[in-house]
Amino acid sequence: MKPAPFSYYRATSVEDAIAALSGADGMAAVLAGGQSLVPMLNLRLSPVDHLIDLRPIAALSRQEETPEAICYGALTTHAAFEDGAVPDGTNGLMRYAASHIAYRAVRNRGTLGGALALADPAADWLTTAVALDASVTLTGPDGQRYLAITDFVVGPYYTQIAEHEIIDSVVVPRRSATERWGYYKVAPKVGEYAKSLAVALVDSEKASARLVIGAWSDVPLVLEASAIALLDGAKKNDLTMVVQNELDLKMPSLSPAERRLHTATAVRAAEQTRS
Amino acid sequence: MGYSDLNHSDTKQGIGASVKRNEDARLVNGQGTYLADLEIPGTLEAAFIRSPVAHARLGAVKVPSEYNNHVFLAADLDFAHPIVAATDDPQFQSTKQFALAKNKVRYVGEMIAVCIAPTRAQAEDIAQSCELELDELPALWDMDVATSPDALLIHEHWRDNIYLKTDVSVGDLERARKEATVSLSKSLSMGRHGAVPLECRGVLAHHDRRLNELTVYSSTQFPHVLRTCISRALDLPESQVRVIAPDVGGGFGAKGNFSPEELTIAALAMKLNQPIRWIEDRRENLIASPHAREHRYDVTVHANNDGLILGIEAMIRVDAGAYSVWPWTAAMEAGMVVGILPGPYHVPAYAAKSQSICTNKTPMGPYRGVGRTGACFAMDVMIDALARELHLDPADVRLLNLIKPEDMPYQSITGKQYDSGDYPEAARKALDAIDVGAIRSRQATGEKDNRLIGFGMSSYTEQTAHGTAEWVSRGLPVVFGYEPALARLTPDGKLILHVGIQNHGQGLETTLAQVASEELGIAVADVVVRHGDSSVSPYGMGTFGSRSMTMAGGAVSVACGQLADKVKRIGAHLLQSTADAVTLFDGRVHTETASVPLAEVAEAATLHPERLPEGEEPGLDISAVYEPKRSTGAFSYATHACVMAVDPGTGEMEILDYVVVHDCGRMVNPMIVEAQVVGGVAQGLGTALYEEIPYDDNGQPLSSTFLDYMIPGCAEVPNVRMLHIETPSPHTQYGIKGLGEGGAISPPAAVVNALNDALKSLGAEITQTPVTPLRILEAIESGTASSS
Repeated sequence: MKPAPFSYYRATSVEDAIAALSGADGMAAVLAGGQSLVPMLNLRLSPVDHLIDLRPIAALSRQEETPEAICYGALTTHAAFEDGAVPDGTNGLMRYAASHIAYRAVRNRGTLGGALALADPAADWLTTAVALDASVTLTGPDGQRYLAITDFVVGPYYTQIAEHEIIDSVVVPRRSATERWGYYKVAPKVGEYAKSLAVALVDSEKASARLVIGAWSDVPLVLEASAIALLDGAKKNDLTMVVQNELDLKMPSLSPAERRLHTATAVRAAEQTRS
Repeated sequence: MGYSDLNHSDTKQGIGASVKRNEDARLVNGQGTYLADLEIPGTLEAAFIRSPVAHARLGAVKVPSEYNNHVFLAADLDFAHPIVAATDDPQFQSTKQFALAKNKVRYVGEMIAVCIAPTRAQAEDIAQSCELELDELPALWDMDVATSPDALLIHEHWRDNIYLKTDVSVGDLERARKEATVSLSKSLSMGRHGAVPLECRGVLAHHDRRLNELTVYSSTQFPHVLRTCISRALDLPESQVRVIAPDVGGGFGAKGNFSPEELTIAALAMKLNQPIRWIEDRRENLIASPHAREHRYDVTVHANNDGLILGIEAMIRVDAGAYSVWPWTAAMEAGMVVGILPGPYHVPAYAAKSQSICTNKTPMGPYRGVGRTGACFAMDVMIDALARELHLDPADVRLLNLIKPEDMPYQSITGKQYDSGDYPEAARKALDAIDVGAIRSRQATGEKDNRLIGFGMSSYTEQTAHGTAEWVSRGLPVVFGYEPALARLTPDGKLILHVGIQNHGQGLETTLAQVASEELGIAVADVVVRHGDSSVSPYGMGTFGSRSMTMAGGAVSVACGQLADKVKRIGAHLLQSTADAVTLFDGRVHTETASVPLAEVAEAATLHPERLPEGEEPGLDISAVYEPKRSTGAFSYATHACVMAVDPGTGEMEILDYVVVHDCGRMVNPMIVEAQVVGGVAQGLGTALYEEIPYDDNGQPLSSTFLDYMIPGCAEVPNVRMLHIETPSPHTQYGIKGLGEGGAISPPAAVVNALNDALKSLGAEITQTPVTPLRILEAIESGTASSS
């Protein structure tokens, strides 16, 4: 479990990192927190000739606030969210989600941008970002582009990041103060990846609701019909039926046990918004 | 009850005192020396090329020409004899495991070549640059696949893919079948997993020019036995081989084997006259260290309406993997299960068939609890199923069938001699401690959070300190019947114990010192225990099978007892008294009015023979060998009881309470006993709930890193409440019984019984470990399906 030889470069700016990526001869990868990439390197599962370390780039750890949204530099760590060290526009949802990622040692180094770039369907940030309608800013040789998170993620471990692009930042729209959220995660033990993960957001005053289920075999799934039922104040049993039906429709490959699990997770996240 | 409440001893540091461990200052402060810490000048690091496929003919290995002197294949080590571990049963089909694979590979992880370089990373680079020609064969990845009628033979000269079949029948089973009002059959299974010591395996071998010795450092549980293995495999006199086990970071059985890695590194270091080290990484550890636990049971219990067991029939199948592990053999697990399945219960008629099956998987070796964890799981899960079938409380059925104290010593239906104890008392204490009545009323009320709760218990009897008779009956290549100790009082009055065991977490550097303290009245801090080196102690068998405290403790007791006699004679002489008028305590020899320190006695015996009594030999080295009076083992026992909560929506589980009532005879150090039991429970919970290495139908192991392989962490292990019973064994020194494995035996049974109790109302039943949340949901779904 020692990595194959690779060159290591500490990038000084985003432009410098992109130049290094573009100019690399062979396979190049950027290093953020390294909590997934480094184990992959050690297992020789990721053939990397050049490792470009983004961590010296202060701009990637910035946070910018506007009245509508908060922009988090890609290197903002899970711990920074957990500790409340960065501004929050989600009524505490991001802080809660961050504090439930893996173990503190992972959270100290792991980053928001790194997690989204990996696009592990079982990871906390992906489902949370979909629930929050986040968008991703990508910077490449031809400048910047902005993708809604649902456009950014194409499939499990598969995103729209182009060859010489990096994630610059993640923009999370501010939620209304009257919105309530629910977050329900099922993991086989403390610190493990989720087997099922649901995020619910309901704002009765604004008549908006969103219910997202993640940690299944594909990218997070938005349950629109269930969200409407939730907003309509469906009783738990009725809501359960709606969720089940929507899962049957959208996730027909689930086994009965998996269907039971994801139904329970979605309903519980939803129930948390009204408890 | 914590150890501080045990009220065993006051200032005495001998048997029964919870003294703190001598070894902890070193281990806790990061001063231990493990395989990776050794610094032998010029050492090259090894990386193995391991088979990426489960079953294939092995063609050429293409090595880039620049690495010709860095990569070694089977042909380079053809002077090394293969590892052969067979029982003396003529039906046993044996395997030959060469240091490196020849012609064929039989499991993912089997070693094909060894690459050496100044660093491990460079060695891995070399390994990656080599190409393997593999002509793949169908993978026999499961017991059912390997025993299907048209299955390919994994070892071509065999009759079938079964190492050994056994068939025993004792008692009148016909009658049991006829008289039974209920005959309940179930299929049960346990998942395959690893031993996962904190420190993985490792070997460093080099030729010591001055001593003309091949010195082999290995993270092993049995350095002396390993010396014999290496000497035989390499045709070296034992006097030219030395094996040293430095600090060993856990073994749990997986380091008590002669491994092909040890053979390869020793052979290559000898061939090249070059220090070579291999440090196992976690991926290798999960893929290629001996595996454990994969058993399948088809059990029928015959009983009357009260739940009284009239007979048991069992078919036991063990997935022993591709090779037979030395010295235990591939038949060990099944053999153990057949012998101990009835456990602490009175079973009047018993028939058991077993099959030890060869598959394209990593060989199965010993792991804490060996066989007994599976046997206990099968028996105790069946007892609860029987109780449910008869609408009785499982506790009542268990108490009805437990062997009564008045029947001790008890000869089990398989011929085991249970030496002592009160099995029902342990069960009753556990029931009281957990307050089953309160659990039952809580169940009737229901939980506010809609979870289901259940109570489960399990009782086992643990054969420990197996002696000559036990090992002879198993027909192994080696009989581990005894243990030696050399007790050496130094001129300054301190004691060095040279012992043949290997301490790797058991606290033996303290508990053996406590035995010496008991005999010699010497402070535990003044005793050094030297172990783990074939050149520092008489030949001994090492540490496994819950044997060291009983066996080496006995030897230390005998040696120190004799030493005490001599010290008393000399001390009495110095005090102008007689040996029968003096006593030994607080590091001095006392008459009623005067005393002399051990140092003065030791100085006389070693540096001033003129001060000795007439006819007394100088010197204070005494060597003794100990065998228990009966060599069929000392039987510890326990009842584990737990309360589990299950979330029927998500399958999540929580252990609400866990109680162990334990009897390991005389406790040498209750604090260490409790820690050993809790550690065992943690591992048993791993078997019950987390640890699994499933294989796909290509024979690929699906959990090869800690990303996929889960072990319980501090958040998962509950506060284990422990109660003790102390029934001394009649066969051993001080009545000590072993206890190293016991904690890991009952958790799967206790947990599954509690879950089945919780899930009863849903018609769901768990019959398989590990119990994952998804398996809970599957059981609920099939229960719901079958009841609707």
